[in-house]
Amino acid sequence: MDIFLQQIINGLTLGSVYAIVALGYTMVYGIIQLINFAHGELVMIGAMVAFSVINALAGTHLPPVLIVLIGVLAAVPACMLVGYAMERIAYRPLRNAPRLAPLITAIGISIILQHVALLVWSRNPLAFPQIIPFVTFSVGGAIISGVQIAIILISVLMMGALTFMVYRTKLGIAMRATSQNPQVAGLMGIDIDRIISFTFIVGAALAAVAGVMVGTYYGIAHYGMGSLLGMKAFSAAVLGGIGNLAGAMLGGILLGIVEALGAGYIGDLTNNVFGSNYQDVFAFLVLIGVLVFRPSGLLGERVGDRA
Amino acid sequence: MTLLELRGLEVAYGGIKAVKGISLSVAKGELVCLIGTNGAGKTTTLKAIAGLLPVAADAILYDGAPIGGRRAFELVRRGLALVPEGRGVFGQLTVEENLAMGAYVRSDAAAVKLDLERVFSLFPRLAERRSQSAGTLSGGEQQMLAIGRALMSRPKLLLLDEPSMGLAPLMVQKIFETILAVAREGVTILLVEQNARLALEVGSRGYVMETGLITLSGPACELLTDPKVRAAYLGEAD
Repeated sequence: MDIFLQQIINGLTLGSVYAIVALGYTMVYGIIQLINFAHGELVMIGAMVAFSVINALAGTHLPPVLIVLIGVLAAVPACMLVGYAMERIAYRPLRNAPRLAPLITAIGISIILQHVALLVWSRNPLAFPQIIPFVTFSVGGAIISGVQIAIILISVLMMGALTFMVYRTKLGIAMRATSQNPQVAGLMGIDIDRIISFTFIVGAALAAVAGVMVGTYYGIAHYGMGSLLGMKAFSAAVLGGIGNLAGAMLGGILLGIVEALGAGYIGDLTNNVFGSNYQDVFAFLVLIGVLVFRPSGLLGERVGDRA
Repeated sequence: MTLLELRGLEVAYGGIKAVKGISLSVAKGELVCLIGTNGAGKTTTLKAIAGLLPVAADAILYDGAPIGGRRAFELVRRGLALVPEGRGVFGQLTVEENLAMGAYVRSDAAAVKLDLERVFSLFPRLAERRSQSAGTLSGGEQQMLAIGRALMSRPKLLLLDEPSMGLAPLMVQKIFETILAVAREGVTILLVEQNARLALEVGSRGYVMETGLITLSGPACELLTDPKVRAAYLGEAD
């Protein structure tokens, strides 16, 4: 088996999920310059809602793909609602407050959502029922599973759709206009409150799908899964250049690959002093590296817009 | 018929009053200018009219209705457009996307397309640069874009804030020719300018603002020959 290729495939899978989650961080940052630390919790809620629905339907004789689809269709609106509510209730009143206030609020929202999830679902993890047959394909000495293929394809599709929306539709142009100059956007007749709500809702929908994907990949979902994943996706967004959509996608994929390769080779490189359980370290090493050497990120803020 | 009327408009930033109770009116189809030195409160007045600053509702009457304190995005739908000081183009959006944002409130795609062609014929330079990002345009081109963008909303009342600011004389002339052309098409204009001579030459009436108050008003030709205006704003000795 080719370890290198295998780890690239694993990294691409995980990286796609990071990219989808990172898009949520970067979109919100782009429009209101807030790091929404509660975004990871939306991923968790998406996974938990979907898993509850999927588990409830697992006994029926519906086709497995349909069951997962129903789970996603339940998770997406649930997350959209939570995303909308957190902006409306917690962030909007602080729009003109010093930037530290909404940031701390975001951390608070994250803790609240975790504990609400703890109350609703208890601390026991939800398992993904064995309904999807484990299909694998062999590519050049490595193995790729059906779930991995699905995750990568769905992520690419969502990234394409989002890019089209932001760059080709009137609503997307209005989003970019609002992120550049909200006051002038208002002078164009753009209701910036609605654009900001919309941004949160789109980010939440992506997070919901990401939650289902990562839960399905690991076969498990629990109330605390959002924080580490969220921090990693945030690192990915910073790696790509926060506020930049293409950057979030690139950062996510790169971070997934770095993490997978790191986990794959760390044992060999350190004579088994460190094992693949150190996988989680790499995301944050990358984050520190970016902050030290290139704080604006790989595709960070294009300058030259002020003539 | 009066399109815009200010009745004792007051605007305060924190505890400091920038506009201390001014009254003025603009009739439909008129080009009125508001002149004065830096810090007189001209920009604040325009921002208040456009809905960017909180003011008392009945201090501003537009088309017969009180609009003071209404938010900017609602007023655009009622035909009020502000070209802000410093132009405010969206630098990372293309020229065409900027213009599309000007027409954000409109849903009549066919008519919007015609208006786009009209703006391009008014400013051929913009047509040449339609897919360039607005941040790469020169100051004058950005001013053309800002005016063109405001026209895309088909305004009834166009508020222009210092359109000549920071532009080369040739470009200023071009911009003012366009303002006159727009006015001739029937758009009502309230023009704020530091360049008093230019403003009074194109405007039919003028108001002079000093430290938050209107100190003088009248037909533009009279203001141009008024000894106080000549001394203070036109740089001429008695």
